[in-house]
Amino acid sequence: MIVKMRNPNREVEIDRSMAVGDLLTALDLNREAHLVIVDGELVPRDMVLARDSVVEIRPVISGGSL
Amino acid sequence: MKCRVCRGPAVIDVRRHNANFCREHFIKLCRDQVAKAISEFDMLQPDDRVLIAVSGGKDSLALCDILDHLGYQVEGFYISLGIGDYSQESRGYVERFAEQRDLPLIVDDLPIDYGFDIPHGSKAARRAPCSACGLSKRHLFDKAARKGGYDVVATGHNLDDEAAVLMGNTLHWHTEYLGRQAPVLPAHDGFPKKVKPLVRLTERDTAAYCLLRDIDYMVEECPMAEGNRHLLYKSALNDIEVSSPGAKHSFYFGFLQRAAQRFAEAADEEMPAIRACSQCEAPCSSDLCAFCRLVDRATAPVPIRMMQSPSATKAKT
Repeated sequence: MIVKMRNPNREVEIDRSMAVGDLLTALDLNREAHLVIVDGELVPRDMVLARDSVVEIRPVISGGSL
Repeated sequence: MKCRVCRGPAVIDVRRHNANFCREHFIKLCRDQVAKAISEFDMLQPDDRVLIAVSGGKDSLALCDILDHLGYQVEGFYISLGIGDYSQESRGYVERFAEQRDLPLIVDDLPIDYGFDIPHGSKAARRAPCSACGLSKRHLFDKAARKGGYDVVATGHNLDDEAAVLMGNTLHWHTEYLGRQAPVLPAHDGFPKKVKPLVRLTERDTAAYCLLRDIDYMVEECPMAEGNRHLLYKSALNDIEVSSPGAKHSFYFGFLQRAAQRFAEAADEEMPAIRACSQCEAPCSSDLCAFCRLVDRATAPVPIRMMQSPSATKAKT
């Protein structure tokens, strides 16, 4: 599957199917700080992503002045 | 995963509630949490005119959507900060959102209206960019609220924002700031009432809400925020949250319930006398308000020796 990440924009390829929660763990990404999106839809952590999926992992943390 | 409410397929887990939700019931959860915060902290009255500070990010646009849904009279206020492409793009998100939803929108432009932008102005004034940005936003929100006669200014500060600020203030024992950290700041001495209706929602909640409500928001991070200490605190708190779901909520709401009042009394005693700025007449504690000082420094002519190239300066010395 192709995994697109943002801030900064980058892409990784994973050669197997995997559950959403496991994907975040494999990429060492905090589950509280990211959403996983497939075809514009939010997907739950137990969903198994197919090998040919295109996945966006979107960070949700924003900084700046408060 | 099944929705706790309807047992249909869930799209998101919310571990601090120990529950999963489908689209419909997650949206309802977010709206209910905002309504609860408004009621719990007496933030808004039904007939209040509310000015919402909008940035084009997930929090402020979710706030507009939720307050509008809850029936409040809301208008948006956007400040173009002159941060290159970032400001142009964020303004586009705000204007498209406002147009799609018939949201009345006021726009201030820092470079056009005040003659400086955040990257250059903060450097000239020798302030951190986020400090100059925050100061400018607070001043201009207050000014817009006074000018437009709004009852309340609402901002998109969420649970992560408030917990991160609390962590920073606690680590450094900024007791004066601890005394003023609250989800509602009452109107006083010419300052408008300010409320934070999203304090019961995390950043993950507001991002998911936008996604599920088809709200197109600016995902890119402000380039000036890199290395900001609040990002460090948020990251640390999220590491704790993974192992201890609900920790951020307990930290912040525990502070409000058990500790805030102890610091508030001391902060009230230290509150300086308020008078009008001699330049812009905004309420402030000195002859010239902090924003006017920032404008003066940011727009001051650059001394000739600073305009010379480093090599020319070196050659002279």
